Parts: sequence; structure tokens; C-alpha cells
Amino acid sequence: MTGTRSLWKTLIALALTAVMLFPVYWIVNVSLTKTSNLRRSPPSLLPLDPTLEGYVAAFSQQLPQLGTSLLVGLGTVLLTLAVAAPASYAMATLNLKGRQGLSFILLVAQMVPAVVMAMGFYAIYLKLGMLNSLWGLILADSTIAVPFAVLLLQAFMSGIPTELLQAAKLDGSGVWRTFVWIILPLSRNSLLTVSLFAFLWAWSDFIFASTLNRSGDLIPITLGIYKFIGNNTTQWNAIMATAVIASIPAAILLVVAQRYVAAGVTAGAVKD
Amino acid sequence: MTTTPAPVRTRTGDRAAPAAQPRRSRRRSTDGSQWIAWAFVTPLVIYLLVFYAFPLYRNIELSLHDYTPRAFVRGNAEFVGFQNYVDIFGSSSFAKAATNTALFTIGSIAFQYAAGLALAVFFRANFKLSAVLRGLFLIPWLLPMIVSASAWAWMFNSDNGIINAALRVVGLDPVNWLTSPDVALTSVIIANIWLGIPFNLVILYSGLQNIPADYYEAASLDGANAWQQFWRLTFPLLKPVSAITLLLGLIYTLKVVDLIWIMTAGGPGDTSTTFATWSYREAFGAGNPDFSPAAAVGNLLIVVALVFGLIYLQMQRKLEKQ
Repeated sequence: MTGTRSLWKTLIALALTAVMLFPVYWIVNVSLTKTSNLRRSPPSLLPLDPTLEGYVAAFSQQLPQLGTSLLVGLGTVLLTLAVAAPASYAMATLNLKGRQGLSFILLVAQMVPAVVMAMGFYAIYLKLGMLNSLWGLILADSTIAVPFAVLLLQAFMSGIPTELLQAAKLDGSGVWRTFVWIILPLSRNSLLTVSLFAFLWAWSDFIFASTLNRSGDLIPITLGIYKFIGNNTTQWNAIMATAVIASIPAAILLVVAQRYVAAGVTAGAVKD
Repeated sequence: MTTTPAPVRTRTGDRAAPAAQPRRSRRRSTDGSQWIAWAFVTPLVIYLLVFYAFPLYRNIELSLHDYTPRAFVRGNAEFVGFQNYVDIFGSSSFAKAATNTALFTIGSIAFQYAAGLALAVFFRANFKLSAVLRGLFLIPWLLPMIVSASAWAWMFNSDNGIINAALRVVGLDPVNWLTSPDVALTSVIIANIWLGIPFNLVILYSGLQNIPADYYEAASLDGANAWQQFWRLTFPLLKPVSAITLLLGLIYTLKVVDLIWIMTAGGPGDTSTTFATWSYREAFGAGNPDFSPAAAVGNLLIVVALVFGLIYLQMQRKLEKQ
């Protein structure tokens, strides 16, 4: 009896998942539809007559933007780790005075709306001539990830057994050596979680891209899609093909690192 | 009884570790030298000063001056005190933006939470594919916003959208989802609910994991049915987690710009404009940027977010004491 009940639950769950993922399916379906069939009414529920013309258009026009986003994402990860990892170490294990205050500031920092940050950055970048630069975008994007990274890493590092650190000290290992050779390797999983999130946020960022990098040659893929929609309201298959390609990092993340994602959501509970 | 879930504990940073841990680490004071610790934190402190404090300071400064694009470059804007704030409150967009912000956040959160909770309870049961399907529910949350927003925009399209096609099949009249003043806000709320369900599901699910299974066994022995178990057991025990999920949702929903901007740009007229998109529109949406009012709206938004943020922190403190 429990067997049939379990089967029913599986079927209901499948149905719910199908409903929830319908928009995702629709992106894929539209991306494979011929331009001539896009205006068909009602639209075809299945890609019966699939075409890759959308993908050809996407690749021919959006490849540089994908590259830009890749660079921005990787740069954001490196910057985030470089700032967050040492600070988390000090806050978690080095008896830092003022640690409470710093944690509070980081929590509050997460509440500042990106649109407000964007205006401040715009004002500063305009003066410094940093608009439309990769570095400018990397710096701005990292502000989404840094507070989250410090809080997450710190929580993890304060769980590292004291005995390990004391043993390292007895062996004559200095603070820096302990950090590099003990703390960092032990924190590998949480560093990975932080990196994945930092990359994904930078990759998906629209607000900073559309304010700080709007008219340069090196625009990221989110802005690429946005401009594509603006210029090209008829080629939805190409727009959706680009959307599929832009979603690949998220898809990889979900397949390769699902448990880190769940850990990250529950640990940081941040989505901007 | 520990109903405090992982997110609650880890969000607090150092208070996250079990109570004994920080005390131990305090004794561990390396060489007693604070300056080494500060050397490790210095990059972060500089970072926070340069990339948080300074932009925020600039933003406040913007809101107190009358910045035209020209004055922006020259840096000689006139100081006008709180005039921008007065203008905002007197603006015809203000009431609309305030109402929309309230409807957008409350509407989104109520439905996200209800759906997230129902799904979390559903997926708590052990059945085939449970974990895999629950994982798939994360997808909308991981997709870049531009992708989800443009997908919804196309699905809501008046002439060629799948949603109107479905309405026609069941004999209903098509709706101008994104271009009609009556439903534009509803459309973006629907898309935002969809986006928020995974977040609610994950957090509430992890909260459910912390309710001991014996409680349910005892309840079943007492003859409580599934519905009674939910209302008498699950829901009350989940309250702290629920409260934090709702508050976090509130803080993050207040900030939403991209979804609304990509789908409707706050229009038609002001009908789907929130504070966040209003600020964005003033500064970057039109050809002629109006930074000063935009900054004033933005600062107003910070104040609102901070109020809820402080409620959130207060609540966490209370929970830790329990």
C-alpha cells in the first residue's frame, strides 16, 4: 500500500516540477523554433520542426559578450576570495577585537539595494574614467559577494578544531603559514561554495552592467541579451538561444555542485 | 528543542559556531598580537570603506545637491538641502510607487512562502526521485535574471505568448499582460513569485529537517491526521524559520529592479513602478539622467530596507537566547 502511495507522490512531484520548469522548457522550445513559426498561433508546444538558426545567430553575435562575462565572473571570484578569505580567518580564529561590529556591518551591507550602489559607483567611476571598464565592473560586482563570503567562510572556519591550529603553532608554524597550509585547504568546500556564488552573481548581474558598462565595447552577456531584445523584437529564437547559452553556468553549477548550492542557500540565504 | 535551522545560525557569522567554539578561540589568542589579526582584516576594512562607505556617501551627497549631467562632470552642483526629498514626496509618482512597492513585496512574498511551504512539506516525504526533483526546483533561482525575465516577457506577449494561447484554448479572452495598466503589476508579481519559490522551498525544507521525527510518530499514535499534524505541529514549530524567511524575502524583494525593468520598465505609465525601479529610471532609464532625485529615492529605499533588516537582526538575537 505504501508502495502505491509513494508512486502517487512521485507522479504528483513530477507534475509539479513540470509546471515549475515550464518557463525553462519554453526558453529551449522557442530557441529551437524557426523564425517563420514564431508568430504562429497557437504556438507549437513541441519543437517539431527544430532549427539551429537561433543558436547560429546567438553565437555569431554574442560570443564576445560571453567572453566578457567569463572574465568578469572569474575576476569577481578572485577579488572576493582575496578580500574575504584572510579576513574570515582573522575573524574566526585570531581573536580579533571589533569582530562583532564588523559582522554587523557586513550584515547591513547586504541590505543596501544594488541600484543605490550603482549610482554611487557611477558618480565615482565617471570622475575616475572607470566607466565601461572590466575592472570597474569586477569591483562593483564583487560588492554583491564579499559580505556573503566573509560571513560564510567565517562561520565555517570557526568550526575548524582548535587542536589542529595549536599543533601547527607547536610545530613553529606562523600565522600566515597556518592560514595558507592549514586553514585554506581545510576550508576548500566553503571556498568553493563562495566562488560558485560569486561567479554566478557576477555572471547574472544586470544592474551594474547596465549602469557602469552600458556603452563600451566590452559588454557582458546580460546586457548583450537586453540590447538584443531592444534591437530585435522579431528574432525571439535567437534571444532565447542566447538565454540558453547564458544559463549554462547555472546548469553546470546545478549538476556538479548541487550540495554546495543547497549549503550556500541555507548558509547565506542571499539572492540579489 | 532546536528549531533554529542552519540559515539562522550561520547568518550571524561568528555567533554561528556552537556556543563553546568562540570562547575557545578567544583563549587561543595567537601571540597575543592584535595587529596580526588586523593585518588580515585590513584588506576587508579598506574594501568596505572604498566600495561601500564611499559610494553610499556619494549617494547621500547626490541627494542633497541639484546635480544636472553637466554639474555631474564639473562637480559644481548647487546644495539644495532636503529639496529633492520634498520633491519626491510631492511627486505624482510617489503614491503609485509606494502602493506598487507594497503590493509587489507583500503579494510576491505571501505566495512564494505559501508555495514554498507546501512544497517543502510535500518533499519531506520519502518517495522515488524526491531529492532529484527538489534539486530541479532550484533551476529558476540559478538562472540569470535576464533569462527568466525575458522568458516571462515572451510568455506574456499579447499576440504570440503561450499564456494567451492557453487562455484562448479554454475559451477565455486574451489579456494584454504587460501593456495593460490593470495587469502589468500582476504580471511582474507572478514572475517574481516563480523566481522566489526555490529560495523559500530550500530554507523551509531545511527548517523542517530540524523538527524531530518522534514528534510526528507521537502525533500519529494520538490519531492526528496529516492536516492536524501540519497545523498543530509543523507550522508552530516552523514559526521562527518562517519569520526569517519572510523577512529576508521582504528585504530582497524591496530591491528588485531588473525583473520589473526588463519586463515592463515600470510601465505602462507608472503602473508597475516601485521605489527601486523609480530610482533606476530617474538615474539611468531615460536619456537625461536625474541623479539627485534618483539618489533621494534610493536613500529612502535604504531606510525601508534597514528598518526590516533591523527587525531581522532583533529577531535573530531573540532566537539565539531561546
